Amino acid sequence: MAPGPKKAVQHAVVVEFETPEQLLKAANQAREAGFTKLEAYSPFPIHGLSEAIGFHDEKVPWIVAIGGLTGALAGMALQIYVSVIDYPMNVGGKPLLSLPAFIPVTFECTILFASFGAVFGMMALNGLPRPHHPIFDTPNFERASQDRFFLAVEAEDPKYSEAQAFLGGLTTATVAEVAA
Amino acid sequence: MAPKEPLNDELILGQQSNATLDNTIGDLVLDQKKHNNKAWVLTFLVGFGMLHLFLASVAWLLYTGIGIWGNNIPSGWGFDIINFVWWIGIGHAGTLISAILLLMRQQWRNSINRFAEAMTIFAVICAAQYPLLHTGRPWVAYWLFPYPNILAMWPQFRSPLIWDVFAVNTYATVSVLFWLMGLIPDFATLRDRATNKIAKPILGILSFGWRGSARHWHRYEQAYLLLAGLSTPLVLSVHTIVSYDFAVSIVPGWNVTVFPPYFVAGAVFAGFAMVLLLIIPIRAMYSLKDLVTMRHIDWMAKIMLATGLIVFYGYILEAFYAWYSGNPYELKLLQWRFTGPYWPAYWLLIFFNGIVPQLMWNPKWRQNLMIVWVVSMGVTIGMWLERFVIIPISLTVNYLPSSDRMYIPTFWDFAMFAGTIGLFVTLMFLFVRFAPIINIFEMKDLLHKLHQEKQRKDKGGKPEPEAPAEVPAGAGE
Amino acid sequence: MDTKDTQSLNLEALRAKLAGKTGRRYWRSMEQIAETDEFKMWVEDEFPNRKAILELDRRQLLKYMGASMALAGLSGCRQVFLGQDKIVPYVNQPEELVPGRPLYYASTFTHAGYGQGVLVEQHEGRPTKIEGNPDHPENKGTSDHWMQASILSMYDPDRSGSVTTKDGEIGTWDGFFKKSRAAIASQKAKKGAGLRILMEATSSPTLIRQLAAIQKSLPEASIHVWDPVNRDNVRQGSALALGKDLEPVYNFENAQIVVSLDADFFSSMPGHLRYAKDFANARRVLGAEAEMNRLYAFESTPGLVGAMADHRWSVKASGIGEIAKGLYDAVSGGTPSGPLAKELAAIAADLKGFPDASIVVPGDHQPAAVHALAQMINLLLNPGRGCVKYIEPVTNAGAFSDLSLKELVDEMNAGKVEAIMMLGGNPVYDAPADLKFAEALAKVPFKMHHGKYVDETAMACDWHLPETHYLEEWGDARAYDGTVTFVQPVSYPLFEGRSKIELLAALFASPTSGYDLVRETYAATVPAAEFESSWRKALHVGVARETARPAVTATAVGTQPEVGAPVPGLEIAFRSEPHVFDGRYSNNGWLQELPRPLTQITWENAAIIGVETAKRLKLESEDVIELKYGGVPVNAPVFVQPGHAEDQVTVHFGYGRTRGGSVATSTDFFGGGFNAFALRTSKAMSFDKLEEPRKVASKAHPIATTQLHHQIEDDRDVIRSGTLTEYRKNPSLHEEAHHGGSPESKSLYPDNIFEFNGPQWGMTIDMNVCIGCNACAVACQAENNISVVGKEQVKNGREMHWIRIDRYYMGDLANPDETVFQPIACVHCEKAPCEPVCPVAATVHSHEGLNQMVYNRCVGTRYCSNNCPYKVRRYNYKNWSDNQKQFMDRIEPIAKIGGNTTTEKTNGIALLRMLNNPDVTVRGRGVMEKCTYCVQRINNVRIEAKKAGREPRDGEILTACQQSCPTQAIVFGNVADPESQVSKLRKDPRSYQLLRELQTRPRTSHMGRLRNPNPEITA
Repeated sequence: MAPGPKKAVQHAVVVEFETPEQLLKAANQAREAGFTKLEAYSPFPIHGLSEAIGFHDEKVPWIVAIGGLTGALAGMALQIYVSVIDYPMNVGGKPLLSLPAFIPVTFECTILFASFGAVFGMMALNGLPRPHHPIFDTPNFERASQDRFFLAVEAEDPKYSEAQAFLGGLTTATVAEVAA
Repeated sequence: MAPKEPLNDELILGQQSNATLDNTIGDLVLDQKKHNNKAWVLTFLVGFGMLHLFLASVAWLLYTGIGIWGNNIPSGWGFDIINFVWWIGIGHAGTLISAILLLMRQQWRNSINRFAEAMTIFAVICAAQYPLLHTGRPWVAYWLFPYPNILAMWPQFRSPLIWDVFAVNTYATVSVLFWLMGLIPDFATLRDRATNKIAKPILGILSFGWRGSARHWHRYEQAYLLLAGLSTPLVLSVHTIVSYDFAVSIVPGWNVTVFPPYFVAGAVFAGFAMVLLLIIPIRAMYSLKDLVTMRHIDWMAKIMLATGLIVFYGYILEAFYAWYSGNPYELKLLQWRFTGPYWPAYWLLIFFNGIVPQLMWNPKWRQNLMIVWVVSMGVTIGMWLERFVIIPISLTVNYLPSSDRMYIPTFWDFAMFAGTIGLFVTLMFLFVRFAPIINIFEMKDLLHKLHQEKQRKDKGGKPEPEAPAEVPAGAGE
Repeated sequence: MDTKDTQSLNLEALRAKLAGKTGRRYWRSMEQIAETDEFKMWVEDEFPNRKAILELDRRQLLKYMGASMALAGLSGCRQVFLGQDKIVPYVNQPEELVPGRPLYYASTFTHAGYGQGVLVEQHEGRPTKIEGNPDHPENKGTSDHWMQASILSMYDPDRSGSVTTKDGEIGTWDGFFKKSRAAIASQKAKKGAGLRILMEATSSPTLIRQLAAIQKSLPEASIHVWDPVNRDNVRQGSALALGKDLEPVYNFENAQIVVSLDADFFSSMPGHLRYAKDFANARRVLGAEAEMNRLYAFESTPGLVGAMADHRWSVKASGIGEIAKGLYDAVSGGTPSGPLAKELAAIAADLKGFPDASIVVPGDHQPAAVHALAQMINLLLNPGRGCVKYIEPVTNAGAFSDLSLKELVDEMNAGKVEAIMMLGGNPVYDAPADLKFAEALAKVPFKMHHGKYVDETAMACDWHLPETHYLEEWGDARAYDGTVTFVQPVSYPLFEGRSKIELLAALFASPTSGYDLVRETYAATVPAAEFESSWRKALHVGVARETARPAVTATAVGTQPEVGAPVPGLEIAFRSEPHVFDGRYSNNGWLQELPRPLTQITWENAAIIGVETAKRLKLESEDVIELKYGGVPVNAPVFVQPGHAEDQVTVHFGYGRTRGGSVATSTDFFGGGFNAFALRTSKAMSFDKLEEPRKVASKAHPIATTQLHHQIEDDRDVIRSGTLTEYRKNPSLHEEAHHGGSPESKSLYPDNIFEFNGPQWGMTIDMNVCIGCNACAVACQAENNISVVGKEQVKNGREMHWIRIDRYYMGDLANPDETVFQPIACVHCEKAPCEPVCPVAATVHSHEGLNQMVYNRCVGTRYCSNNCPYKVRRYNYKNWSDNQKQFMDRIEPIAKIGGNTTTEKTNGIALLRMLNNPDVTVRGRGVMEKCTYCVQRINNVRIEAKKAGREPRDGEILTACQQSCPTQAIVFGNVADPESQVSKLRKDPRSYQLLRELQTRPRTSHMGRLRNPNPEITA
């Protein structure tokens, strides 16, 4: 995006690679060079890439666990409330609290809530849906979802001023700066 | 379709690159010209026609009542529940391929899981019609859901039918989530390739603004793996619970402890048969032979054989225990199945599900598409017959001989069955046309993996760093 | 006229008119008060519908509807509804009818001339249910399927509603009287030489009185009596044996040994209800010491008596003669010759062992000679007339009904008959084929028919006159023993019918109300002083006390009559149909759909043959054969019946109707059967030689039976039975071999979910006295608003009866040693398998142990039925209740006005809805239903008891099936009360729970079947 009248805020410096290997290598170098606000883009998941940009995150499994637990409790509670407390009835001479019969529903509720946790937790943490993002302005970025690999140093990085030079040193490809 | 193709160890054939993958798969969606083939149009029209038969029979059903079917006393259930169980069973292969094989790190799943998941969802949609419409008063079928109401009434949670409600709904929901989640990155790819003014924004929305950043991928894979982990017990539970509809009752021929495992096996059996039944023509139709290779066919045929053997074992056990228990009612039923007026149903079942799949022992025949397809068709019929043998045939003989009555399906029973098949075909073919039928990013990933392995071999196997914990979706060993 | 209407139908105006009146004023319709033109026209030509039908437009229709709504409330007042206030309610009469509380009136149902006492339950003026009259000498509170179903006939939309002339043009009573009075006047001149009256046998004192009067005033006129199923043989028999025209009346209460010669004294013979009851009492076994009677049956067509018998032999109808002869020889001291000589000797010995305590009962269709022999035996066996007495015939039928008809036909052919008046009956349909009645009738210039339906005969007459249903008319009748009973109306006539007696009075004397006619007749029989009180009393109980016919001293006269030799080879046997009889009940859906005893056929008749005969003729059920008798061919479906006499084809009357209601003539799904009367000739009224039938088609005619022929499988503990001696050794009648699960075996679950110490309902059914008569099934249908579904649906296995009577054979199918009836309704399991599988809790358990079905909650998954081991649940696969197929299908366009056909009666359903029991929910489509133990009756009694501040007494609650049961095989009550009858019976060693091994703990228990065979006879 062309710089506007007032000083355009920068989002990141981005550089494009041909292969996952190059990206991985560059990312590691960048981290070792002390860059902290790194981000990488690829058409498919690449192993070690998140480590390479120094990203660790274990929230999703916890969300799933909590979801599952909620489901289990809710399912069992519903059945007990309905069959024992709210409307006790003699059904075929079975005890009001027929726990074995309550297992299947409890189980299904567990799975359902856990799955919600997994999907919606992932979406939320990834801040999706988000129709637009500055990175999309990167030249040729549409190929990030096809066959190109991008490495970005974001503006928040304390060493941001050195980013452009450093990345330029990694590859012959043009280094682009993207406005926020 | 070509009757014979060489069995190739490769999971991907030909000179493939990320770009070629995008072209072959992605452009099926973006470039509708690729669909100008008669096969698609004809099959779709047939399915669409049968869909209308479905609508017609539903209308007549709602107007007249269950009486238009062959159900009676004692056979309160007939085609309605047969077809429900049949469809839900077919669905299971999809989840199995996408979830269980994923956990087992079976890379060959990548090129068929998207397709199989779609099949699951559509099969469940077809299945769901029956529990709803088989009730005498469908307009109050919502009473099966627990919600606070002025009747101050709740569902009766001891009933397997309520378990069904929860199982099937959970299964449908989770399958849809799983499927959509897998589609997000592919929609992103398509979004970025799309030039069409209408298609682009739509794809933009469907892709939720996916950027493919390392952070996204990280959480995405975590979630995807967990979802697979959840779907695995789910898919096993669904048919187990469906089998409870029968196993929990006291009807001779229903009250059988072997039902849950053998229903699940049967489901997978039927499911893989259905996948083969569909994928063989479609891969020919859209020249996907390089992506869905003979290797895949071979694998699926083997699984079909394995599960088939389990099911056959189930039949033998059923008969054995009936005899071993010495229970007069069970013995009467056994005799009724073997030699009663419905004997053809039982012996055809044994033929289709017990004998025919044995052909798959022979590797040559596993590579003969025609034979595989025919066997799959046989299995699909056989699994339907299995439900016929279990449901109405068990109901027609009773504890009190005075209640014995025959069950004879009517035109509308068949119409409705054909109708749901129409519904299924319609949905399936729309899917083939408007969504990427093969998971693009996973194929790229697979391609990358294979490439790495090849390099490794060339370089005399210099080990590359691998993160053992973080194996991405569809990664190989 | 539209505007005039608006004024005349203005409610204000009506109220004004009513306000003006003082004293009690009865009025039939709002038009009457309003004195509208319609009403004037109505008065003039007595035909109210003419304008309405053809000119009623939507706005008017709505207006009328609105108005009738406004007036509906008044129908609560008995006076308005009944038009008369002289009926005395059976229970102590309330000042005003209490809405929601039924009233009971005593009346009399007449079948084939013999009266049976009924109590009519009436809700707000709507009769809804028939029960037996406890004060009646025959039924003593019990009832049979005909009585129970008669209520449906009252609301039958196909009943003839108006005077109809030859071409189907709707006429008026006035118009008829003008013509007929002229005709009669002309007859008076010649003493009625050209006048004939043809009627069914009647026992009504009033009617007989009127006929006598007519005979007196018109000596040349003659009265003919014709019934296709009559008692000629019985009376000719006694004429032969006793020299007098008498009717035997049996006493089964004392009878230790009974021999049946092809007789059916359980379900069709006059007095059958009393006979069944007494027989059962002599057979009921309680406690190890109890004795039971012994029954020998010689049967051609398997029937209820044979099923009950301790020894049964199938003998073709024509072979019974020999048996009777052999038995007579043996009893009279000679030595029997011919077939079964050894057995007959043993039987004779047995009979003679019980002087005055043994009888021989011949079947009404057997020839006179057999009856003669039987009565001669009875005289020998009953020196003190312990088990049989002879009385003057109860009906006016001479001993020669058949000849009487023949005579009439000859006269008609000879042109001697100028006017004929047919009071009921349907001779055009049921007269012997060889008489060609219809052709003869056509020669009569003036023909009138008075009957309930526009049937075959009505169509052949110049005038058809609608007859009232017995619930709409005053009348009287005699019971099987001659006791006089009264017919009281419980409803204003639904149509324009008039009763026989009113018609005769209006024609031959002066128009008089039925009430006055009956009163007159009765007045003649009692001293004037006590008349009023005795009259009220008689009406109150519906029975005139001490009017039974006295026994006539009878002694054997003459010598042993000659019996004909058995017919060689194949023979045809004619029988009255167990349910539609001779066709008079053809239009009754309940009776049509009620499975026939043993065969379990519904909706039609069939050519019934034995198993061996079927083999020989290479026939099987549902084949179609051509029966040829006397050159007349008739196509009939075959039905192979175990235990049927070989070399005999049994055909039942009453089917193949061409007119007489949409049910009667319905051929839906090949229903409707074939007309056996077409084969019957005056030469052989009950059996004769038959040519070998020709097979027309194989498996071409589906027959809707509710049960296949089942032999009981030995490995199942479904039926328990044994001989009296076995019972004494092992009272449970239960071989341990059958044993599945011991009664003590414990459930994992607690016995009571809720602590509750109220009554616990339960039932016992004694299979030892159940005669399988089906009365309970119809009673249940009437009480619980159970729908009729039609032949096709029965064939599909969707009949709705809440209680069914299973029939099992033991031993050889061709000739079973034993036939057992097992009535089954919902057994109300304490651990009901149906309940836990219901997803919406639509079937749950009450504190009092009822397995309740909540119709409004049911979504109709049918899982409960699948899981019910007794398969007693019934499902509304279609909208049966609102869509009574048999009436919706086709309404016969009988009504014509000025040449235009009207569909006057298409609102048949509305009429049928009036029949519904208001205490029972009418089930809609898609819901499950089943026996409720008549919960509505339980609650009514409970309420009454509460009001009286007490607990319901034992035996105070009667379920519909229990109340109707002639043999009291069904007992219902509180099983928590150890003193109640039901608890005692449940403790009886014979009582067992069906499928106990399933641990469903049924509340209904069955009691084993006992037989008392003669040790001298090994067979």
